[in-house]
Amino acid sequence: MTPTHPPSGMARESASSFRHEVSGSSSTALGSPSTPPADAIVVTVNGQKVVVPRLMPDWTGKLAPTTMLQACAAAKVDVPFYCYHPRLPVAGNCRMCLVEYGTPVLGPDRHAVRGPDGELVINKSPRPAIACATPITSGMAIYTDTPGVKRMREGVLEFLLANHPLDCPICDKAGECRLQEYSVDYGESASRFVETKVHKPKQVDIGPRIVLDDERCILCTRCIRFTRDLVGDDALGIVNRGSYSTLTHYPGRPFDNNYSLNTVDLCPVGALTSKDFRFQMRVWFLKETKGVCTSCGTGCNILIGSRENRVLRYTPRDNGAVNGSWMCDTGRLNYKWIHRPDRIVKLGGSRLPAPAWPAALAAVASALRNAPPSSVAIVASARQTNEELYLLRKLAQRLGAVSDSVPRSGEPDRWLVSADRNPNSAGARLFGLAADPMGSNVPRFAQGIRTGSLKTLLVFGEDVTRCGLGADLLAKLETLIVSDVLPNPTTALAHHLLPGCAAVEKRGSFTNVHGRVQRVFAAIDPPGDARPEWEFLRDLVMALTGHAFPDTIEGLFNQMAGDVPALHGLEWAALGDAGLTVPMQSRTPDNEPR
Amino acid sequence: MPQEHRLILKHIDQSGYTPDFDCYARHGGYEVLKRVLALTTRNGPDGKPKSPQEQIREEVVVSGLRGRGGAGFSCGMKWALVDRKSGKPIYLICNADESEPGTFKDRQIIYKDPHQLLEGMVISGYANDVHLAYIYIRGEFVEGAQILERAIAEAKSHGYLGTNILGSNYDLEIHVHRGAGAYICGEETGLIESIEGKRAYPRIKPPYFPAVLGLYMCPTIVNNVETLCAVKHVVEMGGTAYASLGTPNNTGTRIVCLSGHVVRPGYYEIEVGEATLRDLIYDPAFGGGLRPGRRLKAVIPGGVSSKVFKAGEKVRIRLKQPDGREGEREIDVLDLPYDFTTLIAAGSMSGSGAIIVLDDSADIVAVLANISEFFAHESCGQCTPCREGSLWMAKALRRMTRGEGRAEDAAYLMHIADNIPGGRTICAFGEACSWPVQSMVSKFKDEFVAKGKADQARQSKEAA
Ligand SMILES: Cc1cc2nc3c(=O)[nH]c(=O)nc-3n(C[C@H](O)[C@H](O)[C@H](O)COP(=O)(O)O)c2cc1C
Ligand code: SF4
Ligand code: SF4
Ligand code: SF4
Ligand code: FES
Repeated sequence: MTPTHPPSGMARESASSFRHEVSGSSSTALGSPSTPPADAIVVTVNGQKVVVPRLMPDWTGKLAPTTMLQACAAAKVDVPFYCYHPRLPVAGNCRMCLVEYGTPVLGPDRHAVRGPDGELVINKSPRPAIACATPITSGMAIYTDTPGVKRMREGVLEFLLANHPLDCPICDKAGECRLQEYSVDYGESASRFVETKVHKPKQVDIGPRIVLDDERCILCTRCIRFTRDLVGDDALGIVNRGSYSTLTHYPGRPFDNNYSLNTVDLCPVGALTSKDFRFQMRVWFLKETKGVCTSCGTGCNILIGSRENRVLRYTPRDNGAVNGSWMCDTGRLNYKWIHRPDRIVKLGGSRLPAPAWPAALAAVASALRNAPPSSVAIVASARQTNEELYLLRKLAQRLGAVSDSVPRSGEPDRWLVSADRNPNSAGARLFGLAADPMGSNVPRFAQGIRTGSLKTLLVFGEDVTRCGLGADLLAKLETLIVSDVLPNPTTALAHHLLPGCAAVEKRGSFTNVHGRVQRVFAAIDPPGDARPEWEFLRDLVMALTGHAFPDTIEGLFNQMAGDVPALHGLEWAALGDAGLTVPMQSRTPDNEPR
Repeated sequence: MPQEHRLILKHIDQSGYTPDFDCYARHGGYEVLKRVLALTTRNGPDGKPKSPQEQIREEVVVSGLRGRGGAGFSCGMKWALVDRKSGKPIYLICNADESEPGTFKDRQIIYKDPHQLLEGMVISGYANDVHLAYIYIRGEFVEGAQILERAIAEAKSHGYLGTNILGSNYDLEIHVHRGAGAYICGEETGLIESIEGKRAYPRIKPPYFPAVLGLYMCPTIVNNVETLCAVKHVVEMGGTAYASLGTPNNTGTRIVCLSGHVVRPGYYEIEVGEATLRDLIYDPAFGGGLRPGRRLKAVIPGGVSSKVFKAGEKVRIRLKQPDGREGEREIDVLDLPYDFTTLIAAGSMSGSGAIIVLDDSADIVAVLANISEFFAHESCGQCTPCREGSLWMAKALRRMTRGEGRAEDAAYLMHIADNIPGGRTICAFGEACSWPVQSMVSKFKDEFVAKGKADQARQSKEAA
């Protein structure tokens, strides 16, 4: 079973669903103690008592006075919001979260007065407050279900819809649009508006990856705050005033920073759409699967949006310990290759006995079984999963093979993008497959081939012709076993070619540069003959060692975690959606905490 | 008969009175500042030593001075709320954005007696340990800004401003910051954003109370031009003497701007609450009545954002009776004393001190359309109810003035206006744009309904 969940912007953004915010305990967790702990406050939400910490993390993660919205979330009471986002500075401009509230009446002794029933006597404030920005105080009573609050929400929605175009049928955001959702939940059916709507620019090309429709924009400033306050690129802003206010980008400069597409996720309406994804698929048809981006060592958590075995988009999945709610554009758009027409979908190689896995694996096993010790080398890929690397390690041990992987690096940015462009260098090191430094064994492999001591080479997911093992050298090998996804000069020379999988086609785990072990799940089926590498590696290792290995990822992971001390006995189930961090033995500039 | 009581305007418009330093000095200028800088620590009645700064602040508290910018908030209280423990600098900002339609008092001071404002600012700055102050002046006052710059240079060259003022070791710089023509820059937190070089989007409160997190997130005092001038007179006279002017809770003098359909529009400085609206409109010393043959239709008592009073309207309020006892009384709105508290009790406000008089020649739909057009144009657009509501109301009224009214437009306008104020918006502009609609449409409902019906009748005749 592949865990999937329906597309739901709401679930992703509620004040309580965020990791750094779940420290807020509800009364259900704490009961309703008559004396709350010193660092907690008792408030009521619609009459229900809830104990919340006095301080809770703000958008930076720093402790700040707990807000009404956080208290409502702790009480499991929904408060609608547009401009608020738990990971953005608070703007307080949409006014959707307005609530009514009261504070305890103080007696002459400055102590709260209690009524005959022992409850606090509340003095209701004549003015409402925005839940997203108003701190709670002891004894505060918050009301979210009064006729007054209902009227205010209806009013805000009516105002937002007054100048909103009737675009839903042609809008790409339909299905995950907050304006649609709240109009159904909190709005009135008929609008009174009979004036001409304000017209604003539509289909504005604000950058290489994003199209803006200003008529749909509700001016919540989420996108502005994101790029200004988080990315540090003050690229978006509002021009004109009042109802003519128009979101735009800095004149003459495209909005093109490497995080720009996060604004599409943030946009509560269909004002910002991704050129890559727009009109590809109605979001309600999308299956969403939890995964991890494999384009660099950060391992941003993602949701893989797919339909009928096609990946249509990646969106970031919230993980406060890794990527917040964000991911970079490079990683987000790096999925097209999965569906390249030249994908290796067939078993191959010049010595393929028959076009079927059992025969292919038997041939590989027999080639390996006959290889004398120290005549075999393995190039593992730091793009493989922990489980695959673990099995490769077993194979290396059985064959007495030397191994290494190929480093891949680039410019780090000051935020998420790691200099390490492999998703699992940590795993390759952890399982002892990579040399130190990574790649330093490869010249020795070249030497071995040249001198004839190295006769058999296994290559996983790397084109070794680009790192010193040229075609002339590979031609000297007695046996070249290659597993890959896309064709390259190395796969072309393989005696045995085993089609593998993209990360989105299999289950397993990756270890990021900070030692965080994170799970991925299969969003789509592998094409043609392609099989998850761990599956056929398991078959191979069992055939060669005679030892049994679990046939599920859970089992394999748990065995691996028991076997490899560095994994500290982790358990697959315990990894959860957010993963767990294992201490890293060595510090590289990459895994230095930032 | 109430008379003008010119304290701030004392020299303004006197023949030969010029805005330069020498003239100000000849008329006793900067004498109060000299006295202030000579103050020493003294023991208060409670035996505790009080610094000169504390002494001035106390005088301001005792004076009962209320802000003249619009909200009428106690100046002494505002200063007392300043966070003095943060270790951050404290800024003083003079709000010279004067943009509320009908208001033209601050510009009299700026253009004709700028040194009075500077003296008030240095005193206020000294009292609050401020070393950097700003005058935020509306962009349209081009010459006003030049006059202020000149006055600042003069004051500096005479040692009344800059470093080590009059040898006291006290330093104060004043910068003139010109706005670019937006009403919302007068809202104090919008103003602060504007000085910081951003769009004048008012800030949410909490957490951004200027007294704690103001300019550059430092404690900040924002006071109106007239308020800061009044501080000079408070210190000059002493708080108690100042408080004896006007009426309790409504102390001192304030400048009233009278405009519209009166014979003598202009600015008049009165003791707060010592004249009624009727006095101000009809007394020959003030408005001098309406034009011949005209009847009063309405009075907007405190700038266009205040709720209108309809001629003949009666309000029940608690008032001091002639015999000195307080009691609830029904009175004609024209007999309301022009002050802060009574006008609020009567359902409106004295706001910026701008009284706009409308006689029976005024078409109330057109008046409201004009006012709403202003607010639709000036809404900063940050928060939903005001951004969308202000233009919606203006469009409806524009439609009505085009002759396309509907009988239900009165209710329609009220529905829109009712969804804007009362804390639904980030700043008080929400009230400012909806109060005129609420009050005019409800008090002149007949006219709105009649206009709508007539338009519909005509349209259906034309269609037939
Ligand atoms: C929309 C709006 C516009 C305002 N415009 C002005 C203005 O032009 N001048 C002014 O002194 N105060 C203006 N105010 C009031 C200021 O926010 C602030 O209360 C005042 O400057 C404080 O000074 P005071 O206490 O001396 O009155 C405005 C308020 C609002 C809500
Ligand atoms: S484009 Fe979207 S995110 Fe940006 S301000 Fe408009 S509605 Fe908000
Ligand atoms: S920062 Fe790295 S892991 Fe995150 S989205 Fe970009 S490439 Fe992928
Ligand atoms: S109330 Fe109006 S002027 Fe004030 S912040 Fe909101 S939109 Fe801007
Ligand atoms: S969520 Fe927009 S004002 Fe609170």
